[in-house]
Amino acid sequence: MNKHVSPKMNRRAFVIGSAAVGAGLAVGLDIPFGGPAVMRAADGSPEIGAWVVVRPDDTVVIRIARSEMGQGSLTGLAQLVAEELECDWSKVTTEYPTPGQSVARKRVWGDFSTGGSRGIRSSQDYVRKGGATARVMLIEAAANEWKVPASECTVARGVITHKGSGRTTTYGKVAEAAARLTPPADVKLKDPKDWTIVGKGLLRLDTADKTTGAMIYGIDVKLPGMLNAAIKDCPVFGGKLKSYDEAKVAGMKGVKKVVKVGDTAVAVVADTWWHAKTALEALPIVWDEGDNAKVSSESIAKWLAEGLDNDQPAYVGNKNGDAKAAIAGAVKKVEAVYSYPYQNHATMEPMNATAVYTADKCEVWCGTQNGEAAFAAVLEASGLPAEKCDVHKVMLGGGFGRRGQTDYVRQAVMIAKQMPGTPVKLLWSREEDMAHGRYHPITQCKMTGAFDANNNLVALHYRLSGQSILFSLRPEALQNGMDPAAFQGVAQSGEAAFGYSVPNLLVEHAMRNPHVPPGFWRGVNVNHNAIYMECFMDELAHAAGQDPLEFRRKLMGNHPKHLAVLNAVAEKIGWTTPAPQGVYRGIAQVMGYGSYVAGAAEISVTDGSKIKVHRIVASTDPGYVVNPAQVERQIAGSFVYGLSALFYGGCTVKDGKIEQSNFDTYNSMRINEMPKVESVMVPSGGFWGGVGEPTIGVAAPAVLNAYFAATGKRIRSVPLRDQNITFA
Amino acid sequence: MANLTINGKNLTLDVEPDTPLLWAIRENAGLTGTKYGCGIAQCGACTVHIDGVATRSCGVSVAEAEGKKITTIEGLASGATLHKVQEAWIAKDVPQCGYCQSGMIMAVAALLNEKPKPTDADIDEAITNICRCGTFQQVREAIHTIAAA
Repeated sequence: MNKHVSPKMNRRAFVIGSAAVGAGLAVGLDIPFGGPAVMRAADGSPEIGAWVVVRPDDTVVIRIARSEMGQGSLTGLAQLVAEELECDWSKVTTEYPTPGQSVARKRVWGDFSTGGSRGIRSSQDYVRKGGATARVMLIEAAANEWKVPASECTVARGVITHKGSGRTTTYGKVAEAAARLTPPADVKLKDPKDWTIVGKGLLRLDTADKTTGAMIYGIDVKLPGMLNAAIKDCPVFGGKLKSYDEAKVAGMKGVKKVVKVGDTAVAVVADTWWHAKTALEALPIVWDEGDNAKVSSESIAKWLAEGLDNDQPAYVGNKNGDAKAAIAGAVKKVEAVYSYPYQNHATMEPMNATAVYTADKCEVWCGTQNGEAAFAAVLEASGLPAEKCDVHKVMLGGGFGRRGQTDYVRQAVMIAKQMPGTPVKLLWSREEDMAHGRYHPITQCKMTGAFDANNNLVALHYRLSGQSILFSLRPEALQNGMDPAAFQGVAQSGEAAFGYSVPNLLVEHAMRNPHVPPGFWRGVNVNHNAIYMECFMDELAHAAGQDPLEFRRKLMGNHPKHLAVLNAVAEKIGWTTPAPQGVYRGIAQVMGYGSYVAGAAEISVTDGSKIKVHRIVASTDPGYVVNPAQVERQIAGSFVYGLSALFYGGCTVKDGKIEQSNFDTYNSMRINEMPKVESVMVPSGGFWGGVGEPTIGVAAPAVLNAYFAATGKRIRSVPLRDQNITFA
Repeated sequence: MANLTINGKNLTLDVEPDTPLLWAIRENAGLTGTKYGCGIAQCGACTVHIDGVATRSCGVSVAEAEGKKITTIEGLASGATLHKVQEAWIAKDVPQCGYCQSGMIMAVAALLNEKPKPTDADIDEAITNICRCGTFQQVREAIHTIAAA
């Protein structure tokens, strides 16, 4: 049966897991596809290359390095391998190699990072080659046994047939021999038109356990003798832990120890998490909050607004002609200032990790979007070398970019290190999760458009002011100080290219980095850039007295792929035919993560403040669609995530701290607020784009543009709850 | 000590009476299918049935739950036979990350018990669980599929 095996949390698995790491290290092969020495899975079945294990019963185990967090990549990647392998899909199962195993084999499984909508697109080539390589070896093994040329053999669903004699065998029967062969130097991948597994909306491989409560998430990990920890980090970012009064809680039920975690946090370790949390709340703590305690949303907004001034320094991300001069001499100008707030990822499962530390070994069980980054965090926090560490990945209760960071992993190891030999599970409360996110960066944007006498757009000045994620998280990726990712969706070229041609264009970023830590929040910089640009496009169309779709189309002649998805959405929603009485439409498009997306919404508005979203249509061109059923879910989910942020989100800062503490102050859309999303997939082939994130960019502007159509009022800041606008 | 009846079993658990039922289920009874999401009865990830009523177990104390029949996601199936909601969830591929789905499934099972053929309005009113992945349209479709069967 199709099933993704999540690690079983018992002593036996613990020991086997450890042994498997040891075995990998002992052999230490660095040949990607096996080589003469046979690598074996934990159950003894042979690897046919690093990506495929074939069991004697013909079960095919496909290794997955990227993380599954609900986005469906686990199933999609397995489809890509199975397509080339020509195995029986009903006998496919998957497993995660550990980062420790991968490092010990010179990163044979490549990148583990699961962010930037890269899960499929960045590994499709080598995982398909992994499948094809295994197929060639398996067929060769059968041909050798029959003493016939491999070219006379064919394979379908894991059954190999010799054409001449009609003899057949199965992958399971020849796997041992295949594993001893030298892998082919090169393999030819199938033409996409011949795909039979890729491109199908197959059911996910990991569903069954999610319906019975059996799926193990990080929060569910159990190890023998395990204790539980609750933590409080200084609520002001950058502040420190000054002191705490352990004596006040030492006698409380279940409490084992109170530990300092780095310079900034304190944790209570107890028999149960409920006891740990209860004691932590009773623990008197004194913080040294530092200067950041003076920062508020108001002070941040003021500082960012100053960055909109052209006299302030800024990095230029996209430019042609002379926008400033063209604007100065224009017949007509339109100017608007927009803003976008901090957002918390608010994964349903709060951050957590379980760690065991001894002087000889440190192991961690956690949900992570980046197994190798988590592994690096374990090395650093434990002080142990790579061969003494490992990370066991379990299912993520949501990621959205948050679990690409490793702060919670580091904390768990720092706690476990103070209790050698005792497994400790660290779990954040929802309140801690809200207070210590890695927030969607805060920005403002001033846009100025200029028209000639015939209402043609002749210039556009797009001036961002605000926070850079790379400055904080990946400073090595800055280019002479500039954050290239800040221009996602409005970039000159590349995977998030601007989709309009404007004769005089200036796109720039005045970087201002408040103390609140930013992070990669699903869609990242595409979110605000798409809202700013697509809402302002509507403003420009209105100023020119033109239909928003027609106005855009005139600027998109040189951007056929951007235009194709916009057209697909317009056609599906019936843009040229009247909407039902009282219903209004908005439209938006953007490119992000290598894919072209567009969205349109139909809404009605009551009393200017109650919005009902009746219909959403979304189109995407990701080049290739591996699993349309999962792509459809990612598109619809992107609207739920994007519209939740638009209506209910927004994190504000007071006294240096985040004010929102739980879902009562940081709400999320429910089923009654969400219409069906009608998705139109128009994969044009020849490139591989991402799916999980780009669509979120068009969710908010499609609704905001529809709101203008309904009310004549422009909304230029998020969230709507701050303007007393909510769902009907 | 508390006596709780969970999934048909009478359990004597070493737990204080003011402990939220959620944590008694997860940590004392060891049933981790019921999830923690918010602790303030907002998100619904911890939904269980108490005497057949869908209830957010983080907002109910152990003392209040004593003497009542508690069903968690682990007790929804009848032996090896999955509940019709679980079957539909698998057939319709409803879960994404799946973390909220234990609570979602328990809420839906209670709704269908009360209203075997719910309208969209019934669903909107009864199903108020948060799903950050946003798999709402699959939830709705699966409910209608069950109702139509």
